[in-house]
Amino acid sequence: MSTDPVIAQAEAGAPKLAVEMVGVNKWYGEFHVLRDVNLTVERGERLVICGPSGSGKSTLIRCINRLEEHQKGRIIVDGIELTDDLKRIDEVRREVGMCFQHFNLFPHLTILENCTLAPMWVRKMPKKEAEEVAMHFLEKVKIPHQAKKYPGQLSGGQQQRVAIARALCMRPRIMLFDEPTSALDPEMVKEVLDTMVELAQDGMTMLCVTHEMGFARQVANRVIFMDAGQIIEMNEPNAFFSNPQHERTKLFLSQILH
Amino acid sequence: MSDSTSGQALSPHAFVSAAFREPEPPPTSDRGPLRWARAHLFGSVPQVLLTLFGIWLLYAVIPPLVRFFITDAVWEGTNRNACLPADVGHSVGACWPFIWAKINQLTYGFYPADERWRVNVVYALGALLLLPLLIQKAPYKRLNAIVFFGVYPVLAFVLLTGGNFALRHFLLGYLGFDGLFPAGAEVGGLSVAFWADFILSSALLALVAAGISRAVAGPGAGRGAARSTLIVMALLGVVLLAADVNFGLVPVETRLWGGLLVTLVIAVTGITVSLPFGILLALGRRSKLPLVKISSILFIEFWRGVPLITVLFFATYMLPLFLPGQLTIDGLLRALVGVALFASAYMAEVVRGGLQAIPKGQYEGAMALGLPGSLMMRLVVLPQALKLVIPGIVNNFIGLFKDTTLVLIVSIFDLLGAMRAAFTDPNWATPTTLFTGFGFAGIVYFVFCFGMSRYSMALEKRLDRAQRH
Repeated sequence: MSTDPVIAQAEAGAPKLAVEMVGVNKWYGEFHVLRDVNLTVERGERLVICGPSGSGKSTLIRCINRLEEHQKGRIIVDGIELTDDLKRIDEVRREVGMCFQHFNLFPHLTILENCTLAPMWVRKMPKKEAEEVAMHFLEKVKIPHQAKKYPGQLSGGQQQRVAIARALCMRPRIMLFDEPTSALDPEMVKEVLDTMVELAQDGMTMLCVTHEMGFARQVANRVIFMDAGQIIEMNEPNAFFSNPQHERTKLFLSQILH
Repeated sequence: MSDSTSGQALSPHAFVSAAFREPEPPPTSDRGPLRWARAHLFGSVPQVLLTLFGIWLLYAVIPPLVRFFITDAVWEGTNRNACLPADVGHSVGACWPFIWAKINQLTYGFYPADERWRVNVVYALGALLLLPLLIQKAPYKRLNAIVFFGVYPVLAFVLLTGGNFALRHFLLGYLGFDGLFPAGAEVGGLSVAFWADFILSSALLALVAAGISRAVAGPGAGRGAARSTLIVMALLGVVLLAADVNFGLVPVETRLWGGLLVTLVIAVTGITVSLPFGILLALGRRSKLPLVKISSILFIEFWRGVPLITVLFFATYMLPLFLPGQLTIDGLLRALVGVALFASAYMAEVVRGGLQAIPKGQYEGAMALGLPGSLMMRLVVLPQALKLVIPGIVNNFIGLFKDTTLVLIVSIFDLLGAMRAAFTDPNWATPTTLFTGFGFAGIVYFVFCFGMSRYSMALEKRLDRAQRH
């Protein structure tokens, strides 16, 4: 159970399995990008997904909130199966927050407006309440004093923390992170990772595509290694790093751990 | 150099700041007017030549203009004799008394003199409502917008035409069910047949809408569709009622409208209709639904492919041949619809350019938050896209404002048309009447277009300041 009252409240009454993927396949044209992926994520679990570029790891987590469509297999998120039904897709997206490599904040809105937009229009929350929630999470990511500024006036690390706060304002049950630190200056990586660690400690269910192995060691329950659209290795972090089984994993780890 | 482990000894070329340096003001040598002139006007031989050419150009253009419009101009007089060089005794520039004599005709056309106060009220109300809408800090923006875009057009319509339209048939009547309603019966000047027809038609439309959405979107959707249909019909009812009630205003046919009045009516209608229509068409063109997409493309390409003159000509002289006998559409209204559709097609392409410039990440960011497609467009994509294309939008507005002069071709007398009519007055036949008239018309058009241009630039600056990157 979460220690954060707002997150805990969102968790109450949720199904036990956060994400269930059964035989998921996806093609981009002729290119077979996801090949028979099976994955189960329990509530409160933290998964780190890594792998070489083009291995399908981003596509995998983007399938979870239907930013990408899968063509074969089943994906059940928070008890809702993803199909062509737009209503269900919106339902899933309300419960799944996402942070992107390039933040994707809305440049024409202030930080506060970025955070209150979806709660007000999707959750029909009154403006005052939405602003209170937004300030709660902006304090959590340690930038409440930037609320009146525009995204363009913030540093990359600050923008990514706002993006995390914006996602949290919808009180999601699951958070997806798609390479949240790879577009950041080296000095700013840590502040974002610290925020994510804190979120993990609060008990959020998290799926992170990242190459930050320190982060993986610190918070992940499981590390998944993907290559050529398949999950080829899955283990708890210590075993994964100290004793990789697959040749491709060994090669990959030797490339990124100097 | 003996100690190779010391940092300074790495290389004789290495430089490391000995102490932290405070910021200093920039050197003064590149400031001052002389420096500026040298850098910007006389920096090189071609620059010197261009500067000299510019000075010559100003010398060649400005003094003659000042001479014509101001120093040599005649400012007072009652007829052509005041502006004849032979009578005045020196060469004559602009003949301003001609404009003063014709100013009513230029402003109102042949609008009856006793009823011109109505036009003035419309002008004044329009300015009064528009100004606070353009000023960012003015309060009550939403109310102001509703009044300007919702109430004002109806008010202007009733005031300008006189209202009291004898409405006789609504949908059912035109479909041949007039027998259902008592013909000729009236309550307070309103036709019972029409309003009974209207209410019955609205109810039927609501039922049809409910049935369709039930079939398409499931049983829950029917009630909502019926309610929105009834709301739309109620609003239409209010508009029709305003047009139908007898306010005791003398009716003024649009044939009699003219001058600046017509120019503004066409331009303002075109502008306010073309922006929302253009946005819808641009969204339609990018839609994933093939039917919507194809019809948007057909619409846009058709109107872009046809000259405005053809459109106006067709609407005025050919359309009546295709319409059933009892149905006649007012001449000005036909031109209005033609101009509005034409402008919408252009606007659609401008807006599409803006939509294409919005990065995919913005769509994904909005989708990931659970915003449904319509809200994503309204709250995230369109505000950014429209801001990007403000120069293009205002470019279209300005083009449209000047294109209104083409209605002259279908015998509608806008400002330029009224001016040309005024030229034919033998009382004012002088050598410079023509130049004065066109000069004046040019100034009027310039004031409006330049105003729009400046406002759009201020708007861009303001929006830029807010979202500086």
